[in-house]
Amino acid sequence: MCLGIPGRIVTIDNADDMVATVDVCGIRRKINICCVVDDEHPVASCVGDWVLVHVGFAMSRIDAEEAAETLKILEELGEAQAELETMQASEALSEAAE
Amino acid sequence: MSNDSGNGKQGSGLKYVDEFRDRAKAQILVKEIGKLAADIPLAQQRPLQIMEVCGGHTHSIFRYGIEGMLPKSVELVHGPGCPVCVLPMGRVDDCVAIAERPDVIFTTFGDAMRVPGSRKSLSQAKADGADVRVVYSPMDALALACKNPEREVVFFGIGFETTMPSTALTVLQAERDGITNFWVFCNHITIVPTIKAILDSPDLALDGFLGPGHVSMVTGPAPYEFIARFYRRPMVISGFEPLDVLQSIWMVLRQIKEGRCEIENQYARIVPEAGNAAALKAVGQVYELREFFEWRGLGSIDHSGVKMREAYARFDAERRFAVPNVKITDPQSCQCGEVLKGAIKPWQCKVFGSACTPETPLGALMVSSEGACAAYYQYGGKRTGEAAAAEAETA
Amino acid sequence: MNSTPVRRPPPRGKVHVPTVTLAHGGGGKAMRDLIDDVFVGAFDNPLLAPLDDQARLGLAALSSRGDRLAFTTDSFVVDPLVFAGGDIGKLAVCGTINDLSVSGAMPLYLSCAVIIEEGVSMNLLRQIARSMAETARAANVQIVTGDTKVVNKGACDKLFITTTGVGTIRPDIDLGAHRARAGDHVIVNGLLGDHGATILAARGDMALETPIESDCAALHDLIAALLEAAPATRFLRDPTRGGIATVLNEIAEAAQVSIEIDEDRTPLRPEVRGFCEILGLDPLYLANEGKIVAVVPPEQSDAALEAMHAHRLGGEASVIGNHLR
Repeated sequence: MCLGIPGRIVTIDNADDMVATVDVCGIRRKINICCVVDDEHPVASCVGDWVLVHVGFAMSRIDAEEAAETLKILEELGEAQAELETMQASEALSEAAE
Repeated sequence: MSNDSGNGKQGSGLKYVDEFRDRAKAQILVKEIGKLAADIPLAQQRPLQIMEVCGGHTHSIFRYGIEGMLPKSVELVHGPGCPVCVLPMGRVDDCVAIAERPDVIFTTFGDAMRVPGSRKSLSQAKADGADVRVVYSPMDALALACKNPEREVVFFGIGFETTMPSTALTVLQAERDGITNFWVFCNHITIVPTIKAILDSPDLALDGFLGPGHVSMVTGPAPYEFIARFYRRPMVISGFEPLDVLQSIWMVLRQIKEGRCEIENQYARIVPEAGNAAALKAVGQVYELREFFEWRGLGSIDHSGVKMREAYARFDAERRFAVPNVKITDPQSCQCGEVLKGAIKPWQCKVFGSACTPETPLGALMVSSEGACAAYYQYGGKRTGEAAAAEAETA
Repeated sequence: MNSTPVRRPPPRGKVHVPTVTLAHGGGGKAMRDLIDDVFVGAFDNPLLAPLDDQARLGLAALSSRGDRLAFTTDSFVVDPLVFAGGDIGKLAVCGTINDLSVSGAMPLYLSCAVIIEEGVSMNLLRQIARSMAETARAANVQIVTGDTKVVNKGACDKLFITTTGVGTIRPDIDLGAHRARAGDHVIVNGLLGDHGATILAARGDMALETPIESDCAALHDLIAALLEAAPATRFLRDPTRGGIATVLNEIAEAAQVSIEIDEDRTPLRPEVRGFCEILGLDPLYLANEGKIVAVVPPEQSDAALEAMHAHRLGGEASVIGNHLR
């Protein structure tokens, strides 16, 4: 029931009813976009937006910066881990050498 | 998605999905979780219990084998956040009663089709001649109403706050278009009373929560503050991909280690701080809280469901169609309630895998793709479960 | 002047009404006209021509091709009748050819029995028969006998087709699930789930626009090339209903082995992936109509892949997993 999938809005089909076409990997479907439209982001500006699609409705605009930030945290974690392991490995080597 | 054949398709990835399924990053997170857990004194005495409330998380956890990756000191408890799983049998009977009327086209999400009622499931009703159709969206049900003006089209509205807005917005569209043959059988439930009931339950001793990602997309993180403030448990609102779930578990552990109790938002790329104004407005306009609502296995919970407001009575299936509305208790052998509360694991249920299988389900948890039992069964958990049971015996 | 009388063939019957009626199933002239108009013209071959109650196949010719007869039957009830990439007729021919071919047999002859709901369009029926004929001809297979029934409205869903097929198996070929061994490779010849996704999308309930087409195809040629390059191939099966997941489970049970597949190496069209993600489906369980799962010993795996890549139906072939203990 929580099934949501990211997709890109490709066309506006009916601005009054706020119906747009979303593309998910080449599959297209008409969706309702009223949840991602507001005064600062009117209907026409939604073309090209990445949104979370849930049962035929765009429920949220995907924040590319936040997505990148989340991945960056994980990358930094990985780097820190790798550094630590290298340090520990070289310590072990030098201990063994003594 | 990579393809080793050499002639494989290029650029076939699913953006905002594939990056969060990256194996290498998952292994990094698993290591960090192990390190953190080793540093938490409580975890050395007994395994930490983290509950994921949302059925979508349950599905991800099983699909990606996340439980198996975690150290023994961290255990996941599967909560009741699957709207199909908590459907009481009596409610299914009500659906069947409506569907069996010859003037009705009964529309529903696919998941609800095979949940057993006391006589039959919707799927069986369809086989017996009722016009039951699976739809992807309530808007598709409305389109059916427009195409079939001589029939009554009823949409089975189930789901938490995630799905409430889409049903509400569909009703508002029907109102704008002057449609008179569209009805919603409203069975939407709210997440907060559920979590409260879990926290108040004496059976459970939980150390933290993975918060529902898509419910929060609508409500924002604010409704959960009471968990941190009054119940003193950390919660991390989590996305659904394996990296999201692992990172959220890591964040919960970090809070426990640092002695913090906060509501953190791991799913910030989708969950806005203020929730979704348009969605909340539509929900508030069309629905109001019920005094109480019955949940399979959990009994009656106050203010845990919504019904349609008087102003929208002409779209309310409950007002239009007489239904049996009988409270049906689960069969004796059913232990759905205990699994839903997280008191027992699916494989600990007496009938798991024997009398109750996906082909012959006794309860809703074996039917829904988000149900712990179905997920456990499909992703090899039966064998894992048997092995775990054997291990527990010899321990 | 000729001394032997020349028998002129009777004029071929034709149906002049736009839809099939119960009369067309009555056994009389109307039925004869339907058969002539729709099927005989399309399938036209010497074995069918006499239109006897049975086709007569010379045993000596069959025995010269192999030491076993492969014999299979299948019914086709797909809805919609026509879909992107094919129709029920093409499906009925390919499906039975493939069931024969996965035993290593050379498919030779098919029967075609149809049950038609009254009211079906004659032009649609002709289109489907032509499709069957073209598919059979391209595969060097003849449709040599058949049956036609017309039923009341509602007694069947538009059109049901049953095809039964025979083929010959050479003595040196011995394929079977029980032959699978630990270490064997599991190979598929291309992108999975296309047919299942096409049919689901075509039902229209989900209102999804997709460019996906059914992969419906006759595989005997590809299989012959595979067996030539990798004669020690253990087993073949076509993953139709239930997808490759179901077939692999069947193999695992029959051979009493475990099979491990690598999710990253299961070839999927991005659109099929997207389709499954939207609907929460598992592509490994979607039907395929132009795919085989081959269990091949590791030392012949490369040769098998090379042979498949060289064939137009095997361009995306890949090893997707292994048999374990």
